[in-house]
Amino acid sequence: MYKIVSKEQFSQNVFRLCVEAPLIARACRAGNFVIVRIADKGERIPLTIAASDAEKGIITLVVQRVGLSSTRLCELNEGDEILDVVGPLGQPTHIENHGTVVCAGGGVGVAPMLPIATALKKAGNRVISVLAGRSKELIILEKEVRAVSDEVIIMTDDGSYGDKGLVTEGVERVIKREKVDKCFAIGPAVMMKFVCLLTKKYEIPTEVSLNTIMVDGTGMCGACRVTVDGKTKFVCVDGPEFDGHKVDFDGMLKRLAAFKDMEREEIEKYNDVHCEADPAQNEDAELIDRNAEWRVALRGKMKAKDRTNIERCVMPELDPVYRARSLR
Amino acid sequence: MALTEAQRCLDCPNPTCMEGCPVSINIPSFIKNIERGEFGKAAKVLKMTSSLPAVCGRVCPQEKQCESKCMHLKMGKKAVAIGSLERFAADYAREHGELSAPVIAPAKGIKVAVVGSGPAGLSFAGDMAKMGYDVTVFEALHEIGGVLKYGIPEFRLPNAIVDVEINTLEQMGVKFVKDCVIGKTLSIADLEADGFKGIFVASGAGLPNFMNIPGENSINIMSSNEYLTRVNLMDASNPESDTPMRIGKRVAVVGGGNTAMDSVRTALRLGAEKAMIIYRRSEAEMPARLEEVKHAKEEGVEFLTLHNPIEYIADENGCVKQIVLQKMELGEPDASGRRSPVPIEGAIETIDIDTAVVSVGVSPNPLVPTSVEGLELGRKNTIAVNEKMQSSIPTIFAGGDIVRGGATVILAMGDGRKAAASMDEMLSAK
Repeated sequence: MYKIVSKEQFSQNVFRLCVEAPLIARACRAGNFVIVRIADKGERIPLTIAASDAEKGIITLVVQRVGLSSTRLCELNEGDEILDVVGPLGQPTHIENHGTVVCAGGGVGVAPMLPIATALKKAGNRVISVLAGRSKELIILEKEVRAVSDEVIIMTDDGSYGDKGLVTEGVERVIKREKVDKCFAIGPAVMMKFVCLLTKKYEIPTEVSLNTIMVDGTGMCGACRVTVDGKTKFVCVDGPEFDGHKVDFDGMLKRLAAFKDMEREEIEKYNDVHCEADPAQNEDAELIDRNAEWRVALRGKMKAKDRTNIERCVMPELDPVYRARSLR
Repeated sequence: MALTEAQRCLDCPNPTCMEGCPVSINIPSFIKNIERGEFGKAAKVLKMTSSLPAVCGRVCPQEKQCESKCMHLKMGKKAVAIGSLERFAADYAREHGELSAPVIAPAKGIKVAVVGSGPAGLSFAGDMAKMGYDVTVFEALHEIGGVLKYGIPEFRLPNAIVDVEINTLEQMGVKFVKDCVIGKTLSIADLEADGFKGIFVASGAGLPNFMNIPGENSINIMSSNEYLTRVNLMDASNPESDTPMRIGKRVAVVGGGNTAMDSVRTALRLGAEKAMIIYRRSEAEMPARLEEVKHAKEEGVEFLTLHNPIEYIADENGCVKQIVLQKMELGEPDASGRRSPVPIEGAIETIDIDTAVVSVGVSPNPLVPTSVEGLELGRKNTIAVNEKMQSSIPTIFAGGDIVRGGATVILAMGDGRKAAASMDEMLSAK
C-alpha cells in the first residue's frame, strides 16, 4: 500500500498527489512513469512522475480527472492509500547540453515536463518553456517551471492569461527569434503532433513523451504499441520518449480512442452512484473545446480545400403553389 | 479409473519416461503409489522434484515429453496417461488436505533473490528453500504466479490451484515482494548491496511479436498477452472490474500454439459467435498440446490451417473489420524439420471479423537484460547462460523464457531446478 501524504487541487479537474514510495523515489529519473492500481478490481493506469524526493521517499503525481480510474484516484485524500504503485518505468530522458531548448507543455503535460526542464537546466541548457492550456486555471506549475527556465511563455486558448493562441504559436515565436537546438513537447497527442509538424518545418529535433493505453506497463501486453519510423515500438519499454518527427501520431490518436465509448459508459454508471460529482460541467467543457479529441478528429477527416469546394446546398422548400394556399 | 490406468505402467527398470521429463519426476514411483492406493504419497513423490505438480499435470505437453518415451509405444500401444495421473494425485492431495510441505534443511543464513514469480522462479524458490536458503521472490505485477496467472486461463488452470502451490512455498519460508520491477524499482546492484549472494533471473517472455503487416495496429487487434491479461489478471469481462474489454463476436486468433488455443477458447467463453484459429502451417505442425486442439475443436472453434494473414482492413473509426488471408501449401522441410508453408499464388480470402488476437510468439522481456552492465546477451536479447544456467556474471543465474525466448511451463521449471542445484554448488563451495 502506498500512502498519499498530501493532495492539492490545481484546477477543477487537476490534482497534485504526493505519494510515499521510497524505492521508486530513489530510482526515479526524469522521464520515468509509474503504473497505478487504485484498489481491488481497479485497472492499471500509467502516470508520469512530476517530481521525486529520494530523501523523503516521496513521488509527485499530477492527475487529471478524465476517465473512471483517474476520477477514483482524484477522490482519494491525504492519508488514503493506493493499492499498487509500480515503477519507475520507461527509459529516462536523455539529458545533455544541446544549447537552446524549447520545452513545450500542454495541460497536465507540464507536470512530466518539469523534471525534464529541471535536468536540462542543470546540464547547462538555455531553457525556454512554453506553457499552454485552454484557460488560466489550466496553466499549472508555473512557479516551479519559472524557477528552472530562462524564459517562460504562456499561451491560453481564450486569452485569459498570457497570450491568446495555441502552443505552436508560442513555440514558433521563439524559433523565429533565435536559434533553437532542441525541442521537447509533452501534452495531449494532438498538441504534440502539431508541435512536431512545426519543428519539422524548421528542422529542429523534437522529443515527445507518449501516453498510450497500457495494461501491465512492463513490456508484456503490447497495448501501447505505436509506429515510429515505420516500426512497431512499445511505449512502456522503448519509450515513453521518441523522436517526434518519426512518430505516427494519426495511428496513435486512433488507438487512443479504443475504449472511448466504454469509458464514457463506465463514467456515467459511476456518476449515477456518486451523484456528488458534477459531470455536466465536464461534458459542457468538451462540447465547446476546439481541441477536444472528437473535434480534432472530425477536423482531420476532410481537407479544408475539399470542404470549401462543396457547393452550397439548396434548402428544400414546399411547392409555392401549395404554400401560397396554406395558412400554416 | 486412475487405479486401472496406474496398472498399465510397467514400472520399467530403466524408466525412459523420466528422460522425457525436464524436471525428472520419478514417474514410475508416483504411479505405483497410486496403484497401491496411497494417493497422498504419490503426491509427495511429485513434490520431491516438482514444486507445482497440479500445474504440470495441466499444462505440460506430455505427448511430446514423458508419454512420448513410454515403453508402451514401442509395442504399438498407447502410452500410459502420465499427465492425467499426475493431475489426479496432486488434486487428490490438495482436496483431501494431504498436502505435506517438504522437509526443509536447517537454515543456512544465505540470502538469494529470484526475479519473477512464474514457473521458473517458483520452481527455483522451492528447491532453494528446501536446501535451507533464505529466498525472496520479486514480482513486477500485483499478483504472484507470472504466466500461470496472467496467461493461462482459469478454465485450464484455476488460480486457486496456483495459490495453493504458492502458499506451500510461503510455508516453507519463501518471501514474496509484489509491485517490484528489478532493473527499475531496484537494480541488481541494489540487491547485491542488500546482501543477496545469488540472483536467479526468471523475468519471462515480455514483448509480444507482431507480424508487421498493414493494418495490424487497428483497434481491437491485440497480442494474446494483452487479451489474456485483460481477461485473466484484470478480470476485464467482469462488469465489476474497471479494466475495459470489448467482447468480440467474430474473433480471429493467429497462431497455432497453446497461447493461441487459450485465446480462442477464451473468446468462445466470452460469447463469440465465430472463433477461428488461423495458422500458416497444417494441423500436424501445430505446436499446441494435442488436448488443447481437441478441446478447441469440440467447443466449436474453426480451424483455418494453411492460411496466413497478410493484411487487416479497418473501418472509418480505425476498428478492424476484415482480415485478408493468403492460402498456403506445404513445401520443403525447413531448418526446424517442419515442412515450410509457401503461398499459393492468387489464393486470397477475406473474412469479416471484429477482433483479432495475434499469438505468434514473444521475445524476452528487456527490463533486466538491458539494466545490467556486462551481462552477456544471446539471440534476441535473451540472457546467455552456460549448461549450469549461469550467466556471464557468476552470481547471476537465469532460466525460463528470458533464456529460451518462448517455451513451456515445464521447461521453465526444469531450468529453475537446474539453476538451484548449480547455485547451491557455487554458494557451498565458498
